[in-house]
Amino acid sequence: MRDIAIVATSMVQTLAMDTDTEVEFMVPVISDVKRQVSMEAQDFGFICSGSSDFLAGQAFSFVHTLDAVGAVPPISESHVEMDGAWALYEAWVKLQLGEVDTALIYSYGKTSPGSLRDVLATQLDPYYVTPLWPDAHSLAALAARIGLESGQFTATDMAAVAARSLRNATDNPLAVRSAKTHPNLTTAENILAEAEVVPPLRELDCAIDVDGGVAVVIAAEDEARRLCDRPVWIRGIDHRIDAQNIGARDLTRSESAAKAAAQAGMANGCFNGEKLDFIEFYAPYSYQELILLSELGLIDELGLSADGSGGANGDDFINPSGGVLAGHTMMGSGLMRLAEASQRISQGKGDRALAHATSGPLLQQNLICVLEGE
Amino acid sequence: MSANATGSEASSAGESASTTADGRLRADLVLEYPFNRTTGEIIGAFLTGLREGVIYGVRTSDGSIMAPPTDYDPNTAEPLTELVEVGPAGEVKSWTWCAEPRRQQPWNHPFAWALIRLDGAHTHMLHAVRVASPAEMRIGMRVEPKWNAERQGHICDIAYFEPVAG
Repeated sequence: MRDIAIVATSMVQTLAMDTDTEVEFMVPVISDVKRQVSMEAQDFGFICSGSSDFLAGQAFSFVHTLDAVGAVPPISESHVEMDGAWALYEAWVKLQLGEVDTALIYSYGKTSPGSLRDVLATQLDPYYVTPLWPDAHSLAALAARIGLESGQFTATDMAAVAARSLRNATDNPLAVRSAKTHPNLTTAENILAEAEVVPPLRELDCAIDVDGGVAVVIAAEDEARRLCDRPVWIRGIDHRIDAQNIGARDLTRSESAAKAAAQAGMANGCFNGEKLDFIEFYAPYSYQELILLSELGLIDELGLSADGSGGANGDDFINPSGGVLAGHTMMGSGLMRLAEASQRISQGKGDRALAHATSGPLLQQNLICVLEGE
Repeated sequence: MSANATGSEASSAGESASTTADGRLRADLVLEYPFNRTTGEIIGAFLTGLREGVIYGVRTSDGSIMAPPTDYDPNTAEPLTELVEVGPAGEVKSWTWCAEPRRQQPWNHPFAWALIRLDGAHTHMLHAVRVASPAEMRIGMRVEPKWNAERQGHICDIAYFEPVAG
């Protein structure tokens, strides 16, 4: 296996890109990473993007956004109708094959023109589920109630996750929801006093949908060391998927997350026996973070407490950025988790991190990536 | 997105092409999505069953019954073939409340979404439950389908589920 690292990242996220189209708000993001590594579009061995025509409302919508890269003279390019974390996985495979040494990956979503929680019904079973048009919050509520009834977690645990997200997001310039916007809801106790909008979910149990984009550059071996001061090495990466039929899955588990973590080198909450410094989860509903912690073997060790602190590891251990409860960019939030973790390691705020991405309904598909600083 | 259990007629696009008096070839422009999918032996049988007012599941590789059924086993990917009638009543295994129904949803007044384990099945089916308020919902409650009078082989042939009387 070749050593491959993240060497540049850039992100943008706001409640609604009222006036900018996707290509317009991606130009600064992509230009930023190009500048960081002093490369032009033609210098990258491979370029891969992630986005959804269902959000843009147009077939082959990603072709327009290629203008933010610059496709003339010709570039080697691919696209996935998936979160950008999977675009990065495709690029990582390309680099592993030895065909190229560098890749630019980007993804984006602009969901503000519509109602994402309704649009997401189109990703469900086309015969049995989509014709009923269940919204995403309702499906999450059905799964959360099973977890609550089984005693796997409590409403206080869920509120603690939401409260910690608000506290951790306070200093994140990309966060749309934080202790600044909700100063009176930074404890689990106060969140529990709020109404259940989609029972048993409260508003803060559900991610807030926003517009945004992210770009990442990865490079292999010496090229990575040449392009930046502290490469963030991808030590393990894998993705797995569970069955399509949500009624046939155990919704209190995410078996695919557990399998991906094991394949990426995780065991008993550690990577090759070494403890993680922090985790960035893509969990658009608070209860999902509790399931992921359980699948990684971390929930007992943490002993999540009613005040929402991360137990012995402190607030910063889980989602130091605030995670996607603080701002959820469809098609972007997964790659953003990798970018957040990479930036934090680059800044010396940790040496080893796990970044997670999810796709599909109710944690159906999961990608786990372990990152380590040089 | 929508599928037809019996398939549908071939497109008539192009059949109206004709040559007119000025010698030019003219044809109507038909904007369409010219793809049909057959639903196959298992999903097709399930949808046909709905039209008859019967709900089918399928026996999976470990012997359990999955309803609604799929053509393949979710764990082993083996093809599945043995249809088994289930329900029509069942038990609510989870629920939430839809306070503001959307236009396309099964019921135009507030209703409950529920995961329902139909009698004889080991998996859950998503559908709407019609009750007046969330106070009437609980896990373990018995519900049965309310069928539409005119059925077409579609999941919405079940208008909604409602509590079993008594």
